[in-house]
Amino acid sequence: MRLNTAQWVPIAIAAVVIAVLPAVVPSFIVFDLIFVAAYAIAVLGLVVLTGMNGQISLGHGAFMALGGYVAAVLAHNAGWPYWIGVPLAAVACGAFGLFIGLIALRLAGVYLALATFSLAVATPSFLKHYKSITGGFGGMSLEAVKAPAWFPLDAQHWLYYVAWAVAGICFLLSALLVRGTFGRALRALRDNPVAAVSFGINPYYYKTLAFGWSAALAGVAGAFLAIATAFVSPDTFSFALSITLLIGAVLGGILTFWGALIGALVIEFLPLLAQQVNAAAPSVVYGVTLILMMLFVPDGIVGGLQRAVRRFAPAHRTKPELEPFSPSAAMKAADQPSRE
Amino acid sequence: MHDLAQQIVSGLATGSIFASMALALVLIYRAMGIINFAQGELAMFTTYIAWQLTQTGMPILLAFVLAVLIAFVGGVALERIVVRPVERAPQLTVVIVTLGLFTVFNGLAGWFWGYVVKSFPTPFPTAPLNIAGVAFSAQDVGVIVVSLITLGLISLFFQKTKIGLAMRAAALYPEQSRVLGIHVGWMLALGWGLASAVGAISGIMVAPALFLDPNMMQSVIVYAFAAAVLGGIESPIGAVVGGLVLGVALNLLGTYVEAIGNELRLAAALAIIVVVLMVKPSGLFGRTTVQRV
Repeated sequence: MRLNTAQWVPIAIAAVVIAVLPAVVPSFIVFDLIFVAAYAIAVLGLVVLTGMNGQISLGHGAFMALGGYVAAVLAHNAGWPYWIGVPLAAVACGAFGLFIGLIALRLAGVYLALATFSLAVATPSFLKHYKSITGGFGGMSLEAVKAPAWFPLDAQHWLYYVAWAVAGICFLLSALLVRGTFGRALRALRDNPVAAVSFGINPYYYKTLAFGWSAALAGVAGAFLAIATAFVSPDTFSFALSITLLIGAVLGGILTFWGALIGALVIEFLPLLAQQVNAAAPSVVYGVTLILMMLFVPDGIVGGLQRAVRRFAPAHRTKPELEPFSPSAAMKAADQPSRE
Repeated sequence: MHDLAQQIVSGLATGSIFASMALALVLIYRAMGIINFAQGELAMFTTYIAWQLTQTGMPILLAFVLAVLIAFVGGVALERIVVRPVERAPQLTVVIVTLGLFTVFNGLAGWFWGYVVKSFPTPFPTAPLNIAGVAFSAQDVGVIVVSLITLGLISLFFQKTKIGLAMRAAALYPEQSRVLGIHVGWMLALGWGLASAVGAISGIMVAPALFLDPNMMQSVIVYAFAAAVLGGIESPIGAVVGGLVLGVALNLLGTYVEAIGNELRLAAALAIIVVVLMVKPSGLFGRTTVQRV
């Protein structure tokens, strides 16, 4: 992948910051940052699906639940090591995502939102019902992760580096996926499905695959959530989780990968700050911010920053991007009929 | 036999609550093409207001009427302040704004009243009602009667009053209505007011059975989605029929089919939503629309 300076410098800085951060912050923040990695992977899934392909999902918490429970069941019931759970969670969720993606082909914009909303609300009741596998109401605990003998730091740091390494792989693979033909097809189907289909882009293939990939990412995130807390229960994956992921994507910026990273930081740390006021304060803050962002900065923190940079420093423009920047391109997609 | 009759009546009672909630969704969908994901949370919030009013010693009925009025005014205000600016925005934006409202009201309820489940007073007698030798719960019968009266009043309002006619016109032909001097914006706001009033009634009706808690409407709204989709999301009659059918069907399934039980009722609603949207997106009573490309 060829990158210009404006692209690789921020990536390199982010990588270095992630690598040295555990050395400078207190250990409870290292623990929080493991969750940031998991959220970043899940929100990345929404960026690919909703931002790049224009399909609305309010139910990504359901995919995280599946991923988390795959990892937990394998570790708890079958006694497998935790790291096998992560790729298997990705595979299981990818397959489930392909299935939901096939259904999604038949549901235009707001109906897809409605169906995925219902999926997210119904998820905990599924988990409670199949008690013999999921442990029902009380959930199940996993064995705490241990660091390998050669690793100089404690288990928490080990998990931190594993989680961020996996997040790095997910970002890299997603970047490879959405560049070139595949990404162009996704964006074309988002911006003008009729024209895209006329040019020979197969909407069934690309949209289903986008859903599968997005769900697989959510599955990886769910597996890490389960591994990091060493516990899963139906309440871990309540409807609030799905909303939180969407909030992360929208606040961070649903059109760029950076938005996933920023969004993940926001949804991990904003509630921790707001909770000091009141247990219910995070919801209120989230809701108000969501509405204000939609009214004034619909392209999120990263999108807003990019516009600001472009306005004040036009000289920094190195190379015109392939597509003109359009803040609401993703959002227009929902208005297009999906069955043409 | 008695058992079956009781189950059907209690199914009709939950069904009429789904029907009111579904009607609230349909009212807004017809007017603006928006699905208001916050409808359930608005109903939950006004139910808390009703509870708060009864705590001051106010008579139950007065508290309920007052809460429904507050819901109406609140609905109008929300449309004017929050929804109006994004009315013409892309659908994803509108969906996210209503989800924002969802989160705000859920959080505010938790903030003001906490997450501890509260019992909610019922306006109906607790003694069972004897009809033809079968004992029915007075609560169930009361809920059905109140919901049917509400739905009847709404229908009369739209069919027989001038302002109801204006609202229908504004929803169907905004441009032409404007030419005829109808304030389309205010008609839409009025629609939001009516929808949240109807929603508030369903919240107050369901609260004695479900108990008050900030998350109490989350499953109800999914059932209401299923009812609205089943009846056809553009059809008020469809919403009512869909709600009643769903209520009875889920109650019978939950009682008589071991495998479904109580926990998988939501899954059944989800299945209905998905299957109807895939097989017949216009629902039972909706018209099939043809889109030009």
